[in-house]
Amino acid sequence: MKIAVCVKAVPDAASGRRIDPATNRLDRSGELTISDWDSYPVEEALKLKEAAGEGEVVVVSMGPERALDALRKALAMGADRAVLVTDASLEGADLLGTAKALAGALEQESPDLVLFGQQSADGGGACLWAAVAERLHRPVVSQVSELIVEGSSISGKRQTEYGYDTIRAPLPAVVAVADSINTPRYPSLKGIMGAKKKPQETRSAGDVGGAEVAGTTVVALNPPPARGEAQKIDDDGTAAEKILEFLAEKRLV
Amino acid sequence: MAKTLVFLEHHEGAIAKGSLGVLAKAATLGGEVAGVVVGAGVRELAAGAGPYGASTVWVAEDDRLAAPLPQPRVDVLASLVRDEGYDTVLFAQSVLAADVAAGLAARLDAGLNWGLVDLTADGVGKSPALSDTVYVDVGWTSGVKLALFRSGAFDATPSGGTAEVKDAPVSLEDFSTLAEMVEQAHAEQQGPSIEDADVIVAGGRGLGEPEKFSLAEELAQALGGAVAATRAVVDAGWYPYSAQVGQTGKTVSPKLYVALGISGAIQHKVGMQSSNVIVAINKDPNAPIFEFADLGVVGDLHTIVPKLTELVRARRS
Repeated sequence: MKIAVCVKAVPDAASGRRIDPATNRLDRSGELTISDWDSYPVEEALKLKEAAGEGEVVVVSMGPERALDALRKALAMGADRAVLVTDASLEGADLLGTAKALAGALEQESPDLVLFGQQSADGGGACLWAAVAERLHRPVVSQVSELIVEGSSISGKRQTEYGYDTIRAPLPAVVAVADSINTPRYPSLKGIMGAKKKPQETRSAGDVGGAEVAGTTVVALNPPPARGEAQKIDDDGTAAEKILEFLAEKRLV
Repeated sequence: MAKTLVFLEHHEGAIAKGSLGVLAKAATLGGEVAGVVVGAGVRELAAGAGPYGASTVWVAEDDRLAAPLPQPRVDVLASLVRDEGYDTVLFAQSVLAADVAAGLAARLDAGLNWGLVDLTADGVGKSPALSDTVYVDVGWTSGVKLALFRSGAFDATPSGGTAEVKDAPVSLEDFSTLAEMVEQAHAEQQGPSIEDADVIVAGGRGLGEPEKFSLAEELAQALGGAVAATRAVVDAGWYPYSAQVGQTGKTVSPKLYVALGISGAIQHKVGMQSSNVIVAINKDPNAPIFEFADLGVVGDLHTIVPKLTELVRARRS
């Protein structure tokens, strides 16, 4: 079975994430790292490959050329190779552009299963998989906390607001996994050493079907609205009364 | 004139309050506002959207639409946008709605902005980003505009009015029906869901033990609200994941958020900091939650909360 895992290289949380006021885009000039939630689908893909005893795990991403360094973490975990779609015309791509680029690369790879993490650490729209599945004309199951491959179909347990849904879909399918699905392994020293030698290939926008015009735009950046005056009190035995008074004042009871 | 379509999500025979809130917001922006209800056996729900501002409610009735799966819903919405000329489609955030919105965006090459807390009549959305450290004004460059709003962004205030109920055509793509629902295991729900609640009482490690969630539940019941939990207690198995608020759970903005024994780590903060009013009770005076709570109480929640619950009950009875 061939599994593609879509991952995103995001600015390292430790060095801070900010929007560059000059471009209104996320500042990606610092160190990039694989998004926190993307190690879960990588782990799931590796587990499926190990259980099957054969197959290939390909990491697919879109981003600046430097993102290859971040993708190496997935290779160090055990993924077989990496494909990065990188092109100046894709800078600032929104959902439409990203979905088109990834779907283009995925069409060329034609995996049996496409995995995503549950959200990205920076944009956090938590819906890219649905746009990619639409472009690929394949079924999609999201927020999956248990994934079973049964012959030529998958069965996923989806976490929703109301409980759990079990959804079945034939392969090839697109699945976004929740972080409750597994505990990602740490790359071994051998894995880290070997990662650099694994195939890592870049493709341009043209290679995967051209760039897409963005459908959204950033108009302005504003500071968050200030919260009202904060009160802090120590309980002297009348805290319950004081809270009730406060709630009554705000017309909340 | 703007033509807006609002996706009306429903669960167990009722339209979600979040969807009605978005509909009520849409009605204040002017133009023609319609809703769409998709499912099986949902016709009687449609008229209920009239008072919230829909002049038309489309009903897509089909057995193949019974399960809450996104792709057939993309087909229904795409047909309505194309045939009826809607230029804006609005959604209240949910697992289902996010997948429908993104699928529709790709189908129609329509821009999608998400996580919005507001939208102006001239088409500017307010999107808190990067853990709400920056509020981004976002716009659209596409002909059809799609938006997903954060839970609790708008009040579902009825303004009167009646809707004309019309049948929406149902024509599904082959690939849209490949995924099938095998089983739905839904916990029985008492009171409103966290997405729909005006009041949320949330519990963290400071409750001490899982049984003490009853303190949160009783206060929530007295306030007419829902119970939420932090990741730490969900991971520890004290409370179900569906109640988790925070970075890996839900993002909510109720009118009142009461945090019981919650330290207020950034991972939790990002899920609730846009609540209108935050009240926190914690015995640790240095807990970060006191930095952004409107009312912070340093004290033992085990003595304060039962008393508060009684006072609220007494006041409401």
